[in-house]
Amino acid sequence: MKQSEPEEIPFCTGGGCTAKLGPDILERVLSKLPKGEKDPKLLVGYDSHDDAAVYQVAEHLAIVQTLDFFPPMVEDPYLFGEIAAANALSDVYAMGGEVKTALNIVCFPEKMDLNILGKIMQGGAAKVQEAGGILAGGHSIMDSSVKYGLSVMGTVDPARIYANNTGKEGDALILTKKLGVGLVCCADRVGEASERALGEAIKSMTTLNKTASEILRKHRVDACTDVTGFGLLGHLHEMLDGRLSARIFADQIPFIPEAKDYADAFLLTAAAQRNRNHVGKEVAFDSGIPFAMEEILFDPQTSGGLLAAVPKEDADAVLLDLRTAGLPAARVGALQKKGDTEITVVPGRSDG
Amino acid sequence: MITVDARGEACPIPVVRTKNAVKALGGPGKVKTLVDNEIAVQNLTKMADRKGWKASSKKTGEDTYEVLLSVGTAPQEQDEAETVCIPDTRKKKTVIQVASDTVGSGNDELGHVLMKSFVYALTQQDVLPETMIFYNTGAKLTCEGSPVLEDLQTLAAMGVEIVTCGTCLDFQHLKEKLQIGTVTNMYDIAERLLKADHIIRP
Repeated sequence: MKQSEPEEIPFCTGGGCTAKLGPDILERVLSKLPKGEKDPKLLVGYDSHDDAAVYQVAEHLAIVQTLDFFPPMVEDPYLFGEIAAANALSDVYAMGGEVKTALNIVCFPEKMDLNILGKIMQGGAAKVQEAGGILAGGHSIMDSSVKYGLSVMGTVDPARIYANNTGKEGDALILTKKLGVGLVCCADRVGEASERALGEAIKSMTTLNKTASEILRKHRVDACTDVTGFGLLGHLHEMLDGRLSARIFADQIPFIPEAKDYADAFLLTAAAQRNRNHVGKEVAFDSGIPFAMEEILFDPQTSGGLLAAVPKEDADAVLLDLRTAGLPAARVGALQKKGDTEITVVPGRSDG
Repeated sequence: MITVDARGEACPIPVVRTKNAVKALGGPGKVKTLVDNEIAVQNLTKMADRKGWKASSKKTGEDTYEVLLSVGTAPQEQDEAETVCIPDTRKKKTVIQVASDTVGSGNDELGHVLMKSFVYALTQQDVLPETMIFYNTGAKLTCEGSPVLEDLQTLAAMGVEIVTCGTCLDFQHLKEKLQIGTVTNMYDIAERLLKADHIIRP
């Protein structure tokens, strides 16, 4: 039974990565920023679309710097803290790095019950600890609504950084988490999500990409990114970087089963539609791809999985390792030579 | 024609409310939905396309877009026939105080029937209360076995806050049977009633 919480976190209207600014708007602003002089030690972050920067400080050592924060997408403050932290830490894992330190980023209404903030930060701290990092401080400001996240510093060997745009023709695409958490949270907002679906979404969102990243590091990886607010197709579009095309195998996409029902019931986020507007013109859906699958592929993910491009011949070994570790990983597509259509979604695997 | 004013509502609420309005048509007809952003227009149009409804949209003012849907045939929504919700706008500071499981007094049998109709009728209103407070025997209505549970779930899904008096649950040994909303105390209830602009007691 629920106890009364008179100062409950205001009902989340589009929390998590669905709260991201649309890619179109963002690009317009970013393209006008002065870039300054190029520093050869900045290995990632100058002109790629990565949301982390990597700076080389010694021959075999670079630091990864990243931050991420957003409004609540679940009602439980502790879980929200865990999810926001897992999501922020993920950028380091997407680079192939190790988490070292983290700082809290907090926006909190002055009049709200401080115990709620306590729970959020406990959830976040637990995830930093699980990541093997140190929570070293933070910054809090008053705001009209709750937002929480982390600024994270990690380390990586410069020779082993995963950029998001260095995939090669023929590479297999591996996804390490199920899609559909955006749809499930959206359905939950209107009271339509089943307990089971919400439970699976929360478990997925609180799972660190640490294990996935560590497993990938044992293999050859050409490119890697984490799938977050722009959805699988949005992040794949960035990975292709105008140099490559890709095929996505609809029947291989791992997703939370109920997400399909929620898409068919049109419980759709604004963010998914923004993603469709942004990359939809680059995507061709083969006939026979159901509407719900389109929505799942555009679905914004909060604390989504890693999307890795690995040499085709290694794909089975990578998958086996990821699945043995209990991750719902799948081989969801392949990179191809640049063609007329950037991304083609086909019903099933077609690359042999 | 049914008009749904979903301005100020985030996705998926405009779509959910429009879908419910189409259901309420019960056959061919028109639904006009007002929204305040273009993305919501696109999500509505997307639904219309999938459902085979005719849709047209225009910007009618700053931050107002109008989407007009023409539903040709009766919508087939057997998969979700159990939900009975209707366009809503919650009215701030309006509180419904449910102090008994009957409406009126004198004949309890009639009172129970009236309560059932009252809660159902609420789900059909364009303007909804912000909060519903249940106490004394009213607390039975938010617990297992309540005849109005489904309608309360509909109201909760549309954003109405449902709270039940904890002392009342304890006294009637219902503490483990609460099915919807949260538990509160008399201090909180007093405060909510004092702050309310309208208190409605069925």
